[in-house]
Amino acid sequence: MLSRTADNLYWLSRYAERADFLARILDAALRLTALPSNYGGRTSNEWASALSSAGDPALFKTLYDAVNEHTVCNFLAFSAHNPSSIRSCIATARENARSIRTALTTEMWDTINGAWLELRSYEGRDLSREEFTQFLDWVKRVSLTFDGSAYRTMLRNDAYWFTRAGTAIERADNTARILDVKYQILLPASERVGGSLDYFQWTTILREVSAFNAYHWVYRESIKPVLVADLLILNPEMPRSLASCYRMLVEHLDLIADAYGRRGESQRLASNMRAKLAGADIERIFASGLHEFIQGFIVENNGLGAAISEQYLV
Amino acid sequence: MGAPETFRVACLLLRSNEASGGIARMALTAFDEMNGGGAGQPEQAAVREAYDILKAWLDKTPPEHFNTRRSQAEMLFRRIGITFAVYGANESTERLIPFDIIPRVLTKPEWDFLERGLKQRVTALNAFINDIYGAEECIKAGIIPPDLIYRNPHYRMEMRAFDVPHDLYVHIAGIDIVRTGANDFFVLEDNARTPSGVSYMLENREVMMRLFPELFSRHRVAPVENYPDALLATLRSLAPASATRDPTVVLLTPGRYNSAFYEHSFLADKLGVELVEAGDLFTKDEVVYMRTTEGPRRVDVIYRRLDDDFLDPLVFRPDSVLGVPGLMNAYERGNVTLSNAVGTGISDDKAVYSYMPEIVKFFTGEEPILHNVPTYRCREPEAFSYVIDNLKDLVVKEVNGSGGYGMLVGPHATRREIDEFAKKLRHAPDNFIAQPTLSLSTCPTFVASGVAPRHVDLRPFVLAGADEIRIVPGGLTRVALKEGSLVVNSSQGGGTKDTWVLDA
Repeated sequence: MLSRTADNLYWLSRYAERADFLARILDAALRLTALPSNYGGRTSNEWASALSSAGDPALFKTLYDAVNEHTVCNFLAFSAHNPSSIRSCIATARENARSIRTALTTEMWDTINGAWLELRSYEGRDLSREEFTQFLDWVKRVSLTFDGSAYRTMLRNDAYWFTRAGTAIERADNTARILDVKYQILLPASERVGGSLDYFQWTTILREVSAFNAYHWVYRESIKPVLVADLLILNPEMPRSLASCYRMLVEHLDLIADAYGRRGESQRLASNMRAKLAGADIERIFASGLHEFIQGFIVENNGLGAAISEQYLV
Repeated sequence: MGAPETFRVACLLLRSNEASGGIARMALTAFDEMNGGGAGQPEQAAVREAYDILKAWLDKTPPEHFNTRRSQAEMLFRRIGITFAVYGANESTERLIPFDIIPRVLTKPEWDFLERGLKQRVTALNAFINDIYGAEECIKAGIIPPDLIYRNPHYRMEMRAFDVPHDLYVHIAGIDIVRTGANDFFVLEDNARTPSGVSYMLENREVMMRLFPELFSRHRVAPVENYPDALLATLRSLAPASATRDPTVVLLTPGRYNSAFYEHSFLADKLGVELVEAGDLFTKDEVVYMRTTEGPRRVDVIYRRLDDDFLDPLVFRPDSVLGVPGLMNAYERGNVTLSNAVGTGISDDKAVYSYMPEIVKFFTGEEPILHNVPTYRCREPEAFSYVIDNLKDLVVKEVNGSGGYGMLVGPHATRREIDEFAKKLRHAPDNFIAQPTLSLSTCPTFVASGVAPRHVDLRPFVLAGADEIRIVPGGLTRVALKEGSLVVNSSQGGGTKDTWVLDA
């Protein structure tokens, strides 16, 4: 297939995944700020935190004077100046989709084009809290439908594999970004027994990756930061964990390599990372520095993105 | 010989129109394709046979039903993403071309006549272009003035240096036809560069069949859905000799910001070929390749929807980022076929158009089946002075204009517009031609006030391959939605209709 087509598919699914991530970040922040202050709400710096997980604080500063619910929601949801706002993600995804219409199934095109058309009904007006929450739900549904339509309707060939690879690498990046911003509240030093503030911070992280229920199923324990980290980084059952994302990346990059009869740098990098995550232990990661581990991961994940680009997309 | 004769014909036509009531009122007496009538007999109301069933259906269907169907049609179009960008308007604008649900109907004999005329015309166009880049017989014979060719901005010196496969230049032509009476069809324009609109022909039919299956069961409408197959067969027949038996065809688009991008992507999909942008192609050792995830792949035929000027920055506009460096070189070496060939724009020129009757006769040895609209060439002093004195009655067009831009429709223009246009005309008479305001036929059309007659034209798509000329029955009917308007271009508020050719 054309390199540009593969590139567009890959980025299309990255943007669809990113829109979902942004919606979850905003949803979790709204939930936290709605809590009374002695449960961690209101007094927390949740909006600054949402901004650093999901946006570019330097760009934000050029556009707004203060960090608060209104400005951060606007920046992350609707700003046309922010290339990673939900609005921009949907618009870019739709632009990508439009230029490769022929490589998409009708269902995928309908989802993205329909979302782009519907987006207008939310833009340019003040949304009430309730409407904004409905908006976020809608965004999550769009990503879900996109993902589902790709899964259900695409031919199982390179177009599909590039689409899945895009989803997986974006998801890994998103999970790592949440951990990067919040790692300090997962560290043992910040653990205060019964501290309700921390409890709600941890559950916020779980909600951001829609793992609140999953946590209980997997660990059958009350919420502990080390297990939250384990779930998000190493647990292969958890679909947003770094380990899970790399399973998916290795699988689809290998399918591409098999079809083309040639392996390259991206297959090598992906399987190295997968092996590294499979062999890791959360206690040891904490001992050698959670922050350093996550930062290292983000760099290597970007490196894989560059390798995929270099190998197939240009 | 050509010039004075055309001029005379034009005057005759104008006089006969004046006799029947004058140009300004002509719109009132236009030939209506459903109800007949027209110049001289405006009150005639007998329904023409082809429209019998349709007329009865229009009369007995409750208006709400039509409204529901119209909004369903609009939703379908928007969902499929058939939009076009309007130049000059806000960059984010994507509009739907309004679709009118009342089909335009042509009978089999009418179509057979058009088809014969179209084949003859496109055969002549190919012979003519082959000649002006080759033997130049028509210039030597005085059929057309040499300066009209050599000084034409669409004339491509580069094309003199080599032969294109099968001597065919125009592979895909959109010939615009207007009608003024039951048996009076004229060619309004030849579009031999990159004519667009065929996707609407195909989608209009799809939508009509979905919305009104009962109408199709009561008419024998000739299908158009085989157009993509015919196009692919045409393109494959033109592959260079060096290509494999299974030549690789691609469709080259300027990209998603082009106003016709939807059509490019639609056609690529129907053809089952890659939709490429310039960046996807490169040349090496005078061969064209596309960049794929598995490495370079050789390209044999390029259906390009990109103007000559942008094709190759090494030969044409050096600032073109839409083009492929080295493409012309590969083309000259016969390693790739461009479709249409480079340099076909010459026949889109409206001054060249005015010589088509002589060109057809010269190259086919036959009388032209389809007539031209009589045309005044403002480059000729006699014609110029007539035009400048009669601007209010004439349609004046730029010889290289397209899309309905930069033209004057005299009877609909204000005094000031006419004066301003006269200034432009005096400044560069060579750039303009003028035609009498034709009373274009009308078809019943849904408008705010109900069903009313609106002016239409027809763009059939003619495919000239190495093996045969293929035309799917019908084409794209464009309709001027504004009352009395004669401008059907989508960029100027025109709409489209499904076009039916009734098969016996």
